Amino acid sequence: MARPILMIDGNEAAAYAAYQLNEVIAIYPITPSSPMGELSDQWSAQRKPNLWGTIPQVVELQSEAGAAGALHGALQAGSLATTFTASQGLLLMIPNMFKIAGELTSTVIHVAARTVATHALSIYGDHSDVMATRTTGFALLSSNSPQEAMDLAVIAQDSTLRSRVPFLHFFDGFRTSHEEARVEQVTAEELRAIIDDRFIDEHRRRALSPDHPFIRGTAQNPDVFFQAREACNPYYRDCPGIVRDAMERFAQVTGRSYHLFDYVGAPDAERVIMMMGSGAQAAEETVYQLLASGEKVGLLMVRLFRPFAVSDFIAALPATTRKIAVLDRTKEPGSIGEPLYLDVLSAIAEATEAGQVPFPAKPSVIGGRYGLSSKEFTPAMVKAVFDELAKEQPKNHFTIGIQEDVTHSSLPYDPSFSTEDPRTLRCLFYGLGSDGTVSANKNSIKIIGLETENFAQGFYFYDSKKAGTVTVSHLRFGPKPIHSTYLINRATFIACHQFFFLEQFDFLHNAEEGATFLLNSPFGPEEVWDHLPRQVQRSILDKKLKFYVIDGYRVAKDSGMGNRINTIMQTCFFAISGVLPVDLAIEKIKESIRKTYGKRGEAVVKMNFEAVDHALAHLHQVTVPSEANSLFDIRRPVPLEAPAFVQKTLAPIIALDGDSLPTSAMPEDGTFPSATTQWERRNIALEIPVWDPAVCIQCGKCSIVCPHATIRGKVYENALLDSAPAAFQSALARWKEFPGASFSVQVAPEDCTGCGLCVQNCPAKNKKEVGLRAINMHPQPPLRAQEVENWAFFLSLPEADRSKLKLNQVRDVMLLRPLFEFSGACAGCGETPYVKLLSQFFGDRAIIGNATGCSSIYGGNLPTTPWAKNADGHGPAWSNSLFEDAAEFALGMRLAIDKQADFARDLLLRLTPSLGEQLVDSLLQAEQSSQEGVRLQRERVAALKLLLASIGSAETKQLTAIADTLVKKSVWALGGDGWAYDIGYGGLDHVLASGRNVNALVLDTEVYSNTGGQMSKSTPRGAVARFAANGKDTRKKDLAMMAISYGTVYVARIALGADDGQAIKAFLEAEAFDGPSLIIAYSHCINQGLDLIHGLDQQKKAVSSGYWPLLRYNPELLKQGRNPLLLDSKPPTIPLAEYIYNETRYSMLKASEPERAEKLLALAEEDVASRWALYQNLAAMPVKTMPEGEPE
Amino acid sequence: MIDLETTYLGLPLPSPIVPSSSPLLEKLDNLLRLEEAGAGAVVLPSLFEEQLTKDSLELDERLSQGTDRFAEALNLLPDLEQYNMGPERYLESIQKAKAALSIPVIASLNGNTLGSWVRYAKEIEQAGADALELNVYHIPADLLETGHSVESKCLELVKAVKSELRIPLAVKLSPYFSSIGNMALEIDQVKADGLVLFNRFYQPDIDLEELEVVSNLQLSTPEELRLRLRWTALLYGQISADLGITGGVYSASDALKCLMAGGKVVMMASALLKHGISHLKKLLEAMVRWMEEHDYESVEQLRGSMSRKAIGASEGYERVQYVRLLAGYLR
Repeated sequence: MARPILMIDGNEAAAYAAYQLNEVIAIYPITPSSPMGELSDQWSAQRKPNLWGTIPQVVELQSEAGAAGALHGALQAGSLATTFTASQGLLLMIPNMFKIAGELTSTVIHVAARTVATHALSIYGDHSDVMATRTTGFALLSSNSPQEAMDLAVIAQDSTLRSRVPFLHFFDGFRTSHEEARVEQVTAEELRAIIDDRFIDEHRRRALSPDHPFIRGTAQNPDVFFQAREACNPYYRDCPGIVRDAMERFAQVTGRSYHLFDYVGAPDAERVIMMMGSGAQAAEETVYQLLASGEKVGLLMVRLFRPFAVSDFIAALPATTRKIAVLDRTKEPGSIGEPLYLDVLSAIAEATEAGQVPFPAKPSVIGGRYGLSSKEFTPAMVKAVFDELAKEQPKNHFTIGIQEDVTHSSLPYDPSFSTEDPRTLRCLFYGLGSDGTVSANKNSIKIIGLETENFAQGFYFYDSKKAGTVTVSHLRFGPKPIHSTYLINRATFIACHQFFFLEQFDFLHNAEEGATFLLNSPFGPEEVWDHLPRQVQRSILDKKLKFYVIDGYRVAKDSGMGNRINTIMQTCFFAISGVLPVDLAIEKIKESIRKTYGKRGEAVVKMNFEAVDHALAHLHQVTVPSEANSLFDIRRPVPLEAPAFVQKTLAPIIALDGDSLPTSAMPEDGTFPSATTQWERRNIALEIPVWDPAVCIQCGKCSIVCPHATIRGKVYENALLDSAPAAFQSALARWKEFPGASFSVQVAPEDCTGCGLCVQNCPAKNKKEVGLRAINMHPQPPLRAQEVENWAFFLSLPEADRSKLKLNQVRDVMLLRPLFEFSGACAGCGETPYVKLLSQFFGDRAIIGNATGCSSIYGGNLPTTPWAKNADGHGPAWSNSLFEDAAEFALGMRLAIDKQADFARDLLLRLTPSLGEQLVDSLLQAEQSSQEGVRLQRERVAALKLLLASIGSAETKQLTAIADTLVKKSVWALGGDGWAYDIGYGGLDHVLASGRNVNALVLDTEVYSNTGGQMSKSTPRGAVARFAANGKDTRKKDLAMMAISYGTVYVARIALGADDGQAIKAFLEAEAFDGPSLIIAYSHCINQGLDLIHGLDQQKKAVSSGYWPLLRYNPELLKQGRNPLLLDSKPPTIPLAEYIYNETRYSMLKASEPERAEKLLALAEEDVASRWALYQNLAAMPVKTMPEGEPE
Repeated sequence: MIDLETTYLGLPLPSPIVPSSSPLLEKLDNLLRLEEAGAGAVVLPSLFEEQLTKDSLELDERLSQGTDRFAEALNLLPDLEQYNMGPERYLESIQKAKAALSIPVIASLNGNTLGSWVRYAKEIEQAGADALELNVYHIPADLLETGHSVESKCLELVKAVKSELRIPLAVKLSPYFSSIGNMALEIDQVKADGLVLFNRFYQPDIDLEELEVVSNLQLSTPEELRLRLRWTALLYGQISADLGITGGVYSASDALKCLMAGGKVVMMASALLKHGISHLKKLLEAMVRWMEEHDYESVEQLRGSMSRKAIGASEGYERVQYVRLLAGYLR
């Protein structure tokens, strides 16, 4: 029977097998393994049965530790159960993995292997997570491709049931988990032939049951633990044999053959590379090429890493092997070598000792590291390793793929070496995250891979920005199976879907001679040449490129597609690449449009059809002139005035050339300078706001909601305008504290994302033309030069005197310099305005522990970082520890600061004779509740340090080191609802209970935003989210009320779009409160299925429907005999439906399952009503009846 | 015993009072209560093609938003198995109404492209509707569009739908044609079975405080009935299509006037929204009382008795008589 051929990625391949072969699936989101959980949840919601006809139960936990606990429980109760994870998630599972293995329990955990965070977090792939589990007793089985991810998932399940040893099945994060390739599905019949139900019966019989009770999980003492621990030995001894049999069984059923160690290469090879994971595919490709040129080389791929089968390993190596290079995709600092290398050394030593080796002489073994965090691993690198092996004394403990110029471990390689098959079409597409390029390419891959005889491979690169993301699609098509597990650098086709990329990156360096170049251009074939940078012109000429243009945006606009050019560019690709006859391609594109978009409605299908039909008429080949005559070139990634570190290290990363940086260019401990986003100047806005001083009422509402701190106000001496650029605008300032001063609103034209929130929030309408406001959007390009000059002048103007400002007024907040600017957050982000506000108020003395999530990515992902410094060099100190521990991390900071301040005060007293009583007293008694108080204390500390320098004792040195802690510090834990409601709740709760002065800011988007919108306990009832595909059944957790129950925590629930004044008060009060504070901030988010330009309106509606009651609970009020709970919003004035159905997360359920949506809406209405009544009652209670407990 | 029975679009009706399209008729329970209160037929809420298109494009926009943009979040919302973005749910509501009611069920369609009108009309017929009311709703905001073009588009549409349908077709018109009578005649000539006078547009208002154009539903007022009475009275007997009146009917007297002007059916929406479903029963009872008091036997007897044709004089309906009326008002 013909097996179904699918075009899927590694995650889907593994998830298919896992879903078929399990009945309980415990999940938690973590990149890059989340799609496995999402698919399982989706299939379960669609009521798809597993192999035994029952629908697996898929349950999301609060963390991976929770998922592992649930997995352990499900297994102990006799179910076939699994989970999916990666990186830190896998680390959180380790305690349970020891237990599961110790109890000899059959299960398979599927891992999309990802880098464990060390000096930095990375979402990309290597084996550092898997290697951390080596001691757990799990078998470790490696897959190298999407096909293998399905096949070995099945083999792992078969093996674990028979061996009782639990398995960790892993494949490389992104390279395999996200690579789309042709996969032959293992059918249900085949699975039935492989999996023997007898072993499932045995698994169930071993389960806990009150019907045949026993206990497992005892505590043992020194007398017996050791012996008992050794009792599992036979199972581990037998496990490799069982896997070998399972592989043979699998081969008999499917025809695809695997071994514990798979060797490819010369039967008489002398030099062998040994490795596991996707890189082995690139190595295999290289081996074949080298064999053709007569080299005696080979590759040994490890499938079963643990238990390590020495005899199978020795048997798999050619007897002629003289030298082995073991490549590890991990780093174990301080070890003699990396794990696989050490195992190989031991295995050879043991086998030699036992006289069981076929080699005439003991092979020499070297070890090296490659591919950390998905670093490219190419045939050129493989060849370099073989070349190194050929040397008399090859370098051991080498690195390959980077320039490690500090301890000089790296091997050189020749990047021009290539093994690309000339028959393979290699295509590169440069797109913008929002233009649909990747989606279209995924679609093309399916068409070609499934509808033609060709093999196909799709791999996609995304930069780390959430607005204006650059995407690069790497597509290969060809008549032979494709094993090229590396990016394309010799493209036969290059498409640039965004014209402005031309001035940003040199992407044509990846073009092969004679390649085709397709450009989405607003300029036609006659004019386009004059608009190309010189280097682009030169590449087109030098490489003799066939050059085509299409005005994709015009076609998209005419077809109603907005800014989505996906199907248009896809049609052009098929028209000029020659992969398929054009008519057939168009037919297939339309078929796939109907398949993909049909259920979204006829109008969508029609619109896409129109776009396809119109595309070809606008596609033109350009007659290329004979010379490069452009007067401009690709612009510098950062301006010349940027600091040296930015020029040297960050600029290449911005230019997508970070791979070229040597180790010496990188900080050794992950420390980076603040305030570097200002140099990136991304120019991603099509339109920017333009200020109209005549209409402006100087309220500050534009500035307070700006997610990227790109629209700012300043009040300054009128005389300063004398040197202003001609186009710089100003008005008479309406502050009585600044009589006669001027006022300006200015936009950072190159940093603005064009989200339009400022315009939406502007309350001043032009009386003559009500469609206009005090700020209005205008196209950026014609304004750019002028506004760059204005922005520079604006920055040169002095900041307002803080002591004259009323910080509880929105208009005055506008005058505070943001110390969080130009982040990589989404255009229109609902979180960053709060983060910016924090930085404006307290940034100069803030220290922040940030939970992993959106805020840690837009706050700390290279190349540049948004946390900034003021003119005095003060600014937020920021760090990200983990996802789960931001509150504890911040508490640690608080403890350290408090302890050092204690010690500093102690030293001050000890040193009073030298320092003088007056200075010591003023430092000790300093009043720092106001900004002015803090400023004066800074001055005293500066004076103290000067004085200390002149004294010079051991104690003065100690005091100098910690004197800054005498200035009040503001400690913040910051994160999203995934952190605060779920994975970090235990820690947050503990910190809130600690009584310590730590402020927690929860950016509540009601889903795990960063990983793509998975349900958290903050997700409201009735909303669809990932892991809640049928709409969430249960009500949102009331985190505020839980914190209020302590009676000693300052708690606020705020929504900037609904009441900015209340939000400001909450920040000021929370920070002023000498104890723990919790601010829960409504953050509209793209994951809610909302056009972010309406985000602020939605915040208003959330409050006016009673869904998001604004409140502040201030324990200080108790001391004044007042009720500490202030309900800051009015009773509901609009129905809940009027708020929720503006968001797709709710409306999609209404469309899909109207009855269920109606039922959930009714329950949600009850939630709102009952919660409102509770709050109202509490806020109205006389103080005496409030819960007891004076603030400590 | 007063005979309330009538026919409309060739369908027998137990009474001439027909609840017209409004959100009240979305719930099956309300339909049953209306039948019990004495409704002659029901006109279901409109299927708005524009709304289907808007919902569909919006859903697509939101589901595509943020897709394949960021390595950690390649899709933001799960893709559900179905979204019911076509007319399926509307068709289902027809089927349910038909199964539950014994009075005729008239579906209503509000579209803006020719192809979709015909497609949806056929699907509505297949779903079991007894008749279809086409709600022709168009604001010619484009100043280059001529009156002739507006009229021919409307006629083309009615013709296209009529040619594809076996069930009767009514056309609900707006009063904003240069020559309503001629328009009615032309629609009659392309064989529409009924004409419903007139639909009401949402009219914009200006919010002085917020400086915004607001558009909210305003219920009809009894004053609006007069325009309908005039055109019913003028058309009665001159075209073969049945006449329905909608807009401004609140009381039994209003209903009686409609029948006397020549209406086959009297439609109500605002009055029911304002006073509830029980109002229909009270209105019918009051109608019957009046007819008994005035020795009428059937609605048949009433119909058209005050039409222009019946009163034999053109003055009442044709002359505007501004001068006299205004003079009277000022006095």
